[in-house]
Amino acid sequence: MDPMAEIRLTFFQECEEQLTALENGLLGMQEGSADSELVNAVFRAVHSIKGGAGAFKLNTLVSFAHVFETALDKVRSGSIVPDADAMKLFLRAADALSDLVSASRDGAVLDTAPYAAIEEEFDALLGGAGGAAEDDDFQSLDFQPVTTAFSGEDAAPEATTAPARSSFLIRFRPLRELFAKANDPLALFRELTRLGRLQAQCDIKNLPFLDTMEPEDSYLSWELRLESDCDIAAVKEVFDFVDGDCDLSIEVGLPAQPAVMAAAPEASGPPPRIVQDGQADVAVPPPSVAPLPAPAEAEAAAQPKASARTAVQPTIRVDLDRVDRLINLVGELVINQAMLTQRVLHSSHVRDREVTSSLEELERLTREIQESVMAIRAQPVRPLFQRMSRIVREVADATGKDVRLRTEGEATEVDKTVVELLADPLTHMIRNAVDHGLETPEQRIAAGKAPEGTVRLAAAHRSGRVIIEVSDDGAGINRPRVLQKAIANGLVPPDSQLNDSEIDNLLFLPGFSTAQSISNISGRGVGMDVVKRSIQALGGRISIASSPGQGSTFTLSLPLTLAVLDGIVVTVDEQTFVIPLTAIVETVKHEQSRIHHVGEHSFVLRVRDVLVPLIDVGAELGVRPPANQVRSGVAILIETANGSRSALLVDNIQDQRQVVIKSLETNYKRVDGIAAATILGDGRVAMILDVDALVGLRHHDWSSTEIPFAKAS
Amino acid sequence: MIEKSPHDLAREAEFVAFRAGGLEFCINIMSVREIRGWTPATAIPRAPSYIRGVINLRGVVLPIVDLGVRLGLPGTEPTARHVIIVAQVGERAAGLLVDSVSDILSVEDTSIQATPDVASNLARTFVRGVIAMDGRMISVITLDNVLPAMELEAA
Amino acid sequence: MNATILTVDDSRTMRDMLRMALTDAGFRVIQAEDGLHGLDVLRQEMPEVIITDINMPRMDGFGFIEAVRQDAKYRAVPILVLTTESDEEKKLRARRAGATGWIVKPFDPVKLVSAIRRVAA
Repeated sequence: MDPMAEIRLTFFQECEEQLTALENGLLGMQEGSADSELVNAVFRAVHSIKGGAGAFKLNTLVSFAHVFETALDKVRSGSIVPDADAMKLFLRAADALSDLVSASRDGAVLDTAPYAAIEEEFDALLGGAGGAAEDDDFQSLDFQPVTTAFSGEDAAPEATTAPARSSFLIRFRPLRELFAKANDPLALFRELTRLGRLQAQCDIKNLPFLDTMEPEDSYLSWELRLESDCDIAAVKEVFDFVDGDCDLSIEVGLPAQPAVMAAAPEASGPPPRIVQDGQADVAVPPPSVAPLPAPAEAEAAAQPKASARTAVQPTIRVDLDRVDRLINLVGELVINQAMLTQRVLHSSHVRDREVTSSLEELERLTREIQESVMAIRAQPVRPLFQRMSRIVREVADATGKDVRLRTEGEATEVDKTVVELLADPLTHMIRNAVDHGLETPEQRIAAGKAPEGTVRLAAAHRSGRVIIEVSDDGAGINRPRVLQKAIANGLVPPDSQLNDSEIDNLLFLPGFSTAQSISNISGRGVGMDVVKRSIQALGGRISIASSPGQGSTFTLSLPLTLAVLDGIVVTVDEQTFVIPLTAIVETVKHEQSRIHHVGEHSFVLRVRDVLVPLIDVGAELGVRPPANQVRSGVAILIETANGSRSALLVDNIQDQRQVVIKSLETNYKRVDGIAAATILGDGRVAMILDVDALVGLRHHDWSSTEIPFAKAS
Repeated sequence: MIEKSPHDLAREAEFVAFRAGGLEFCINIMSVREIRGWTPATAIPRAPSYIRGVINLRGVVLPIVDLGVRLGLPGTEPTARHVIIVAQVGERAAGLLVDSVSDILSVEDTSIQATPDVASNLARTFVRGVIAMDGRMISVITLDNVLPAMELEAA
Repeated sequence: MNATILTVDDSRTMRDMLRMALTDAGFRVIQAEDGLHGLDVLRQEMPEVIITDINMPRMDGFGFIEAVRQDAKYRAVPILVLTTESDEEKKLRARRAGATGWIVKPFDPVKLVSAIRRVAA
């Protein structure tokens, strides 16, 4: 890729990070944190976006960022104390900046009106005290050099046609400050020689005797003659950095050739001047020979608590393709290690203890490598959670509700793909929580609650999975209405007797909401069935808990990675299948006395006092024909995503192990009842069962035991 | 006419010829990734009859199509002598189970004849033309529809 | 010219741009992400010129320049600060802290190199 395009890419990636930091910081400020580092971080984020945007000439972005930055600078300097309204304006500006960044990245045509509106609000906020951030407070102070109009023979203004050769007389006396800033007269002279022919004469008359000489002081001065066809501005530019740290005069002598006069002297840039203000500068304190602060110490000193999360950890950026290739290779390694173990242990003549323990060591190492490699793809859910705060704001604005989003466990790490694929379902759930979950402020007050509703978004690791909860403190699910709607939509018969949890789970039924398509899942009106399917596609499950008047909680349980899964390996009609461990409750005794025949090829198994459907995996997958006699085998009690239970009948259980998940869809297609494929220790492919789909093949999956109306369908 | 113009050269292609269901077929060599011996496949539930199952090809799960059955010819019980042609089928890869691979043919476009009208519907889906060569009749087949369609996820 | 230049900037974009411009001009470039990191790098490297941003987390440009100038070893190392056009106040503060010169953002690679030439020994 062209390096500039690559940097552009980096810039937009970085913008995303800055926007996140910006929002983060603003939310912190909104929470009432007065930490000055927080304000600085917010300012820096906008400043940094502006800086990069300038390099790519993204002018709309630059000017909007500039106005934003100006306001933030006022906050930083304390001249504005942001109230709730100001904070809301900042947050909206952050959203607008984010949109502007996206539009700039995609080269989209912009409607500038919303930005102009926000800019106007900023103007109002700044109360006309406005102006650019950098312009007011420190108007020049002592930096403005004493300038005197260049007198004399109205020397050579810039030639507009042919360059004229001028002769410049430069008198230059460096002050000690010049050296203290590591400027070097020789470098300046060298630079002058690039402009033309230079003659230098050093004046040493101020040089003291050695015994009185200060090594840090400056005693020399120079008289330089430069013959050049450049203009005086170019000569002065050479001395730009030492302005104020030297006595300098530049005179233009008679041109070596007649100059072509420029139209007006003003056109030739700043008027020529003689600079004489060096002495006014504060003397540099004698340099002390202090060592650089030790890193730990300095870090502790420079880093307030609140900014701990911004601490720079050394990182490298790696192409995702490379990581995925590594993950694939490690997957191969795991398979090969399993194959090797199996082969060695099966060939009786090498069953020696050292070989066995080496194999165990190899297995341990392989597993450790695999875990470390997977960890590379793990990412905190923080950015995902942060995106949700914008959704909350937008929906709250649109519905006139007062909402606070609380997030917990943002540092929880999950596979990158899981994080990415969670964005849409989570967006929808958050919208739902604000839109349908929470009441209006009036209703809340009437119900004796605080007018401001709370949506809580929490993540945590629990037994090898990540649990994400979306909860609200709203009115809870209106069960009579849900049931009524389900009946109206023909999802359940009018005389259904459903318990609370069964009613809650109706929300997940396709056809419950007016949902039309998957594509607008992040839009409104899309059903929870789509959310549920997205979560299931990730190997996750979703459940609801709701209590009237107190709110609802949706709980997602997701795998940490999409690369491996713990499962038990079972045999069905001489074929090998894997059942994900997360679905399994227990294996149960499978005695004739506990089994009841309830219809053609239909059995239920009594587990303690509950009857659960007994599903013959072989028959369900079409591996063998359904039977009217219960086969012998092992029953495995499983629980589907919505908490309903079934028993799977298999011939026997071989093993429990971690397997590498291989897509069946890459080269084949999706198969109902099959979640994915894997490769076992013998090198052969085995299918991983999708228990939810397997149960759903026979029953509506929202209820546990027998459902009379389900059979009719 | 001895020299070929670049235009003519571009129209010459190579084909891998093989036997399946007792007849001779060939496919464009550009779609062939490798040729390997038969290994037992794992059945896929509810797969069409021409899908033998899937095998592990260096960590990739590869579906195996019994090409004879796919073309409406009698199928065979595969043995170690049977061959799998690993081919690219659009975005997917598939293993084609065939009786044997015979040779590689260099054929000019112009020597591929149209499919005879007598061909069955099934044959017409896959056969793109016929090459007559040294007394052999070799059908050129396309792999476009050899695998079942990728269905959209059922709602 | 194979002089080493240390660039200190928290923005990856800016670091990349500097690196591209400087390596094109034949310099060897080493990078740091903020002032503290810059001081760390200086423990192992002796660059001919340092270019630093001002607004950075942990330790900003002013703090960094002051810390560098306090060490006799680095007193003669020229430091250029990156500022925006209108930032006279920052320029001044940077010079007070001991900056040798400045580079205006967004920078022009030609001016960047000429600024380095003017300060490099």
